[in-house]
Amino acid sequence: MGVGIEVTNLNAWYGTNHTLQDINLNIPANHATALIGPSGCGKSTFVRCLNRMHETNPVGRVTGTVRIGDLDIYKDVKPVQIRRRVGMVFQRPNPFPTMSIYDNVAAGLKLNGYSNKRTLDDIVEKSLKNSALWDEVKDDLKKKSGASLSGGQQQRLCIARALAVDPEVLLMDEPASALDPVSTSKIEDLIFQLKSQYTIVIVTHNMQQAARVAEKTGFFLNGRMVEFDSTHKIFTNPSDKRTEDYITGRFG
Amino acid sequence: MTRIRFQQSLEDLKENLLVMAGLAEQAIQRAIEAYRVRDLSICDLVSRSEIAINRLERDIDQSALDLLAMEQPMATDLRFILSVIKINADLERVGDAAKSISDRVRNMEQMAAAELPVDIPRMASLAADMVRKSLQAFIEADAEIARGVLTMDDAVDAMNRSAYKALTKVMEEQCHLAPQALNALMICRSLERVADHATNIAEDVIFWVQGADVRHHKNIAAPKDAQPMT
Amino acid sequence: MSTEYQLRSRIRAVTDHTVTALAVLATVIVVTPLVAIFIYLLYKGASSLNLAFFTQIPKPPGEPGGGMANAIVGSAIVLAIASVIGVPMGIGGGIFLAEFGRGTKLANAVRFTADVLNGVPSIVMGLAAYALVVIPQHHFSAFSGGVALGIMMIPTVCRTTEEMLLMVPNAVREAALGLGIPNWRSVLAITVKTASPGIITGCMLAFARVAGETAPLLFTALGNAFWSTSLNQPIEALPLQIYVFALSPYDDWHRLAWAGSLVLIVLIVLAVGLVRYVTSRGVLKGVS
Repeated sequence: MGVGIEVTNLNAWYGTNHTLQDINLNIPANHATALIGPSGCGKSTFVRCLNRMHETNPVGRVTGTVRIGDLDIYKDVKPVQIRRRVGMVFQRPNPFPTMSIYDNVAAGLKLNGYSNKRTLDDIVEKSLKNSALWDEVKDDLKKKSGASLSGGQQQRLCIARALAVDPEVLLMDEPASALDPVSTSKIEDLIFQLKSQYTIVIVTHNMQQAARVAEKTGFFLNGRMVEFDSTHKIFTNPSDKRTEDYITGRFG
Repeated sequence: MTRIRFQQSLEDLKENLLVMAGLAEQAIQRAIEAYRVRDLSICDLVSRSEIAINRLERDIDQSALDLLAMEQPMATDLRFILSVIKINADLERVGDAAKSISDRVRNMEQMAAAELPVDIPRMASLAADMVRKSLQAFIEADAEIARGVLTMDDAVDAMNRSAYKALTKVMEEQCHLAPQALNALMICRSLERVADHATNIAEDVIFWVQGADVRHHKNIAAPKDAQPMT
Repeated sequence: MSTEYQLRSRIRAVTDHTVTALAVLATVIVVTPLVAIFIYLLYKGASSLNLAFFTQIPKPPGEPGGGMANAIVGSAIVLAIASVIGVPMGIGGGIFLAEFGRGTKLANAVRFTADVLNGVPSIVMGLAAYALVVIPQHHFSAFSGGVALGIMMIPTVCRTTEEMLLMVPNAVREAALGLGIPNWRSVLAITVKTASPGIITGCMLAFARVAGETAPLLFTALGNAFWSTSLNQPIEALPLQIYVFALSPYDDWHRLAWAGSLVLIVLIVLAVGLVRYVTSRGVLKGVS
């Protein structure tokens, strides 16, 4: 089951660059929330603050509070632990090149010390089914390498890999931007199905995609969150003129 | 500013709708004039402009459809295009009402003149006023003017009801005047329809400008500050 | 306009062909010495190859027969010791430089040291091993020879490992991090594994280089005319044996030296080929 995310006074820096300023928002559990905004507005940085990946950059710094469920992720737990509860799918599919499909999906479990073979088989199958890839690869699980699949399949493999560790939150950073329309549709359908089990945060450049999959949408601009509301409101009658201008393409 | 072509297309759509609005308004004015002076040549003008109005209706709907499909309009632009489509339909109906009135005038030309206890010119001018104001609200994107139109509808409805009562009484008591009374009744009904269409246009303008759907509500206040109707 | 265009096209085509020819020529020039050496060795040494060569130790000059069996075995032992010392330390150093110490002053110092070590003449390396191992132990040994060669392997293995690890795309590291895999585990199980073909190539390069080194063994392994597999005794090695025999005044030994040179080169090629074959079976194919 998914959990809600509560962000309070989040500020982030890359060196001296104040990338995120005073972000406050509540991401509801078991919903898909989209984050839109022009390039460089900080939405990717924001998402990387939610699983403490921002600080892996040598000059990355974060202040503020992020509560996922009942945990303050910057105070109560170690980064490694939070990343097992908050999965991430990246813009470009990045399956592990030396591993088979099976090993890719199981990587998060195996490399965290989990080794019960029978349950691993079940988890791999369930994850691949959840990411709508099972039927296409079930005969080649251990024979084919993860990198030999098509782009859309690779991205679904990465989703399966993220789901295998049973996270509560799934962060997706422009997951379909490198994919063709058919693969994009498959991923969007997938997000729709996954919503009921996980909390999903999706960063996207594509406003129509945000409108299609997310119940709530946040508009970021220059490191600040300008407006956060139901997707319906944002796209039919936004409250802030800057949101309106971005959405209608008057700047951007 | 980006999307210049799109902005231009929106402007063109507005222009075309205003042309059609002009034709519809003119048709109503002419129909009422034809009634006042019993001039059949004006009726012909109304019939001819009906054709132009119908053609424009098709063209505007087609342009709007294209914009929806090709440009993925959002927020204000989306509401604007939706309003245009609906106002388009209402204007075409206004044109139809005008033709209907001119047909009644033609009919009455073959009957004897009669004094009827209804002030059709006044009702007509009120209805035409509503149309003019709703179009002004559209041109100026002004929701307040549009709200003004909504309040005028009640007066027209009241006049229609009293006309109905008066004309029914005439038909009962002076049977020889029944055809004239019936025609007058139908003209009143057409005028009442015109007023309704003007109301619809005003509601669509409010939807476009404020994103508020105020149709079928007795309470016509803006979304945030509720003001009961007096 | 058209004729000018045609003229330019012709010039372009001619330039293209010329440069291609030059490139082929350069390749031929590079490969020729290698092939020439090999053919010459075959010519000079093949006739002396027989079973005895591979099974017997050298006989005193004048006696027919004899071989370099002890040198072959000795080389194998010394190189094994060198690999055990050089490969882990080199790979470990490379992993540190690429994954854990990127940008730190310590890393810069390590890199600098490795580069310096690379440039040290092999005979000086042998003298260093003499001072560090032979003198305290009061005797020459296979072990000290292994140490000398092992230290020579380290810079090559280390720098190649670092380069190969740096070539692993950051996306792979991020994917592992995103799964909550601890950094050390991700480095070993994923990053290193991804770079392993390149790392192994680096090890082979180092191995091939030290397999033919003679100078470091002069004062460490020393050489041994008899069978010996003990790590604490002086031991023979192929390059060493070839050196001694080539400088001797005896024809028999000269012939053995030619044969030994041929065998040395063939053994190195075989070793490298074997490693390539074994590892290519292990790495999954099918990368798109």
